[in-house]
Amino acid sequence: MTALLSLKNVSKRFRGLVAVDGVSFDVTEGEIFAVIGPNGAGKTTLFNMVAGALNSDSGEIIFSGRSITGLPPDAVCRRGIARTFQIVRPFPALSVEDNVIVGALQKERNVAAARERARAVLRRLDLFDKRSRIASTLTLPDRKRLEVARALATEPKLLLLDEVMAGLRPTETDRMVAILRDINRESGLTILLIEHVMRAVMALASRVLVLDHGVVIASGSPEQVVRDPAVVRSYLGTEAV
Amino acid sequence: MKRAIARIAEGRSNFAIAWLAALLVALTVAPWFVSDYLITVLIVIFYLAFTGQAWNIMMGFAGQLSLGHALYAGLGAYITAALFTRYGIAPWIGFLVAAPVAAMCGAIIGFLAFRFGVSGVYFAILTIAFAEFARIGFDHLTVVNASAGLFLPVAQYTHNDLWRLRGHPTMFYYVMLTATAVAFIICNALLRSRMGYFWLAIREDEQAARAAGIDTFRYKMYAVMISAAMTSFGGVFYAFFYNNLFPEQVFNITRSIEMILGPIIGGIGTLFGPILGAFVLTGLAESVTGVMAAFGFDLPGAKQIFYGICLLLVVVALPEGIWPWLARRLGIKERDS
Repeated sequence: MTALLSLKNVSKRFRGLVAVDGVSFDVTEGEIFAVIGPNGAGKTTLFNMVAGALNSDSGEIIFSGRSITGLPPDAVCRRGIARTFQIVRPFPALSVEDNVIVGALQKERNVAAARERARAVLRRLDLFDKRSRIASTLTLPDRKRLEVARALATEPKLLLLDEVMAGLRPTETDRMVAILRDINRESGLTILLIEHVMRAVMALASRVLVLDHGVVIASGSPEQVVRDPAVVRSYLGTEAV
Repeated sequence: MKRAIARIAEGRSNFAIAWLAALLVALTVAPWFVSDYLITVLIVIFYLAFTGQAWNIMMGFAGQLSLGHALYAGLGAYITAALFTRYGIAPWIGFLVAAPVAAMCGAIIGFLAFRFGVSGVYFAILTIAFAEFARIGFDHLTVVNASAGLFLPVAQYTHNDLWRLRGHPTMFYYVMLTATAVAFIICNALLRSRMGYFWLAIREDEQAARAAGIDTFRYKMYAVMISAAMTSFGGVFYAFFYNNLFPEQVFNITRSIEMILGPIIGGIGTLFGPILGAFVLTGLAESVTGVMAAFGFDLPGAKQIFYGICLLLVVVALPEGIWPWLARRLGIKERDS
């Protein structure tokens, strides 16, 4: 049980607003860790600080035993943290395969070898048959899976998923859940996800952290967390789950 | 025919290479069959195809709009011409000096822009500004005769001197034909390389490219430097073909615009676009001039108006340029075209 990712007292302020206020947690190697909370709780801010897209005001972020605090996003990715975007951003004019090759070229210098690696990832995500389609012509569920594919192709140690289920129908959500669970089981890939879709959180996460107004109000197993009165009050509502 | 072109575009089979070779052979033997006038037109086409190809690396591949490429061509022209006239240094050696200087200038502009987050149209304005600095600066640079102009000695040459680039237009024809072919090969290799993929990613979505681990600053710098160094060779040709250089002309924004019209018309980001665009624009413009001359009209500026109309038509009807449209019609895959 070693911590792959540790956040120590991380805070972020936007002028007067404290978006993330002294958040600490550890993500253990090989687990699926979910961060949930109501809109404006600071989830995406937290996520962007881990990914290097935002700098934290204070605190420390440690990945694989080394500080990644303040590193730019590309350097964070090269350390082994890949991310997806809440609003999908595949490279629109490139083919599905080329999108994933870009990711694969991070660790692989040879283009032909990167193509092979990309194809393997595309098979994994049921996108192989659509590999020559232009990314902008894909449906939203396909684009979401394409983003996951591009991130996976960089061969990360930690995968950050920012609301990857948002906008998906329940059947599509189940498909994504199955894919992520299989990848986690087979390769031991650690996943940190931000999610609103409780159906996915309950099915995937081994541990859940609940944020509200930038502070941690609960953490533990999904079953514990959904019964926590503070979580029910601030986020889930009395009739949920 | 259709499949043959498709194969060329994919650049795989021996048959495709044979087809491209046939085109090259046709252009190689052309000087024996066509008039001197047409040779001159073709030289201009090659020059525009070559510089368009170089510009396309920055804009078409890496998505960085430069409107000041006259700077790099001008540096290539002035440096090689000055070294030649003052010290008798051959242009090929001069190019080995000019290319790194042009790349350095590109690097300075790139550094200022990319380090301080100047992008899009503001980046384009910065490139214009530097070309203008050069224009005004060279106008006062007495070492290259300032605004009086730098002239290369012109004499009747008994034979073509390829090493010193003195001779008949036919020699320049072959020099620029070779340069265009080499530029095509280089760009094709770049586009298929690891760096080529990173450039396309940056062009498509810089933030997503960074999230995929790409050091966007570094790869944008490479794009500017390679593009600048390549463009400077266009300047070498310009100096030794026209034999006179005036800052007012060489660094004029018109030179920059000329270079980018071909790729825009032909298809930004494609390999065939800059070549096709140069042929279409220059070919049609020359025909218009010819037709008007035949009917006894002499309208200065008619060519420019024609350029404008062509641009307008393409922008309205084929916003991606002629090549992507043509490629679709011929059933060729757009990517790598």
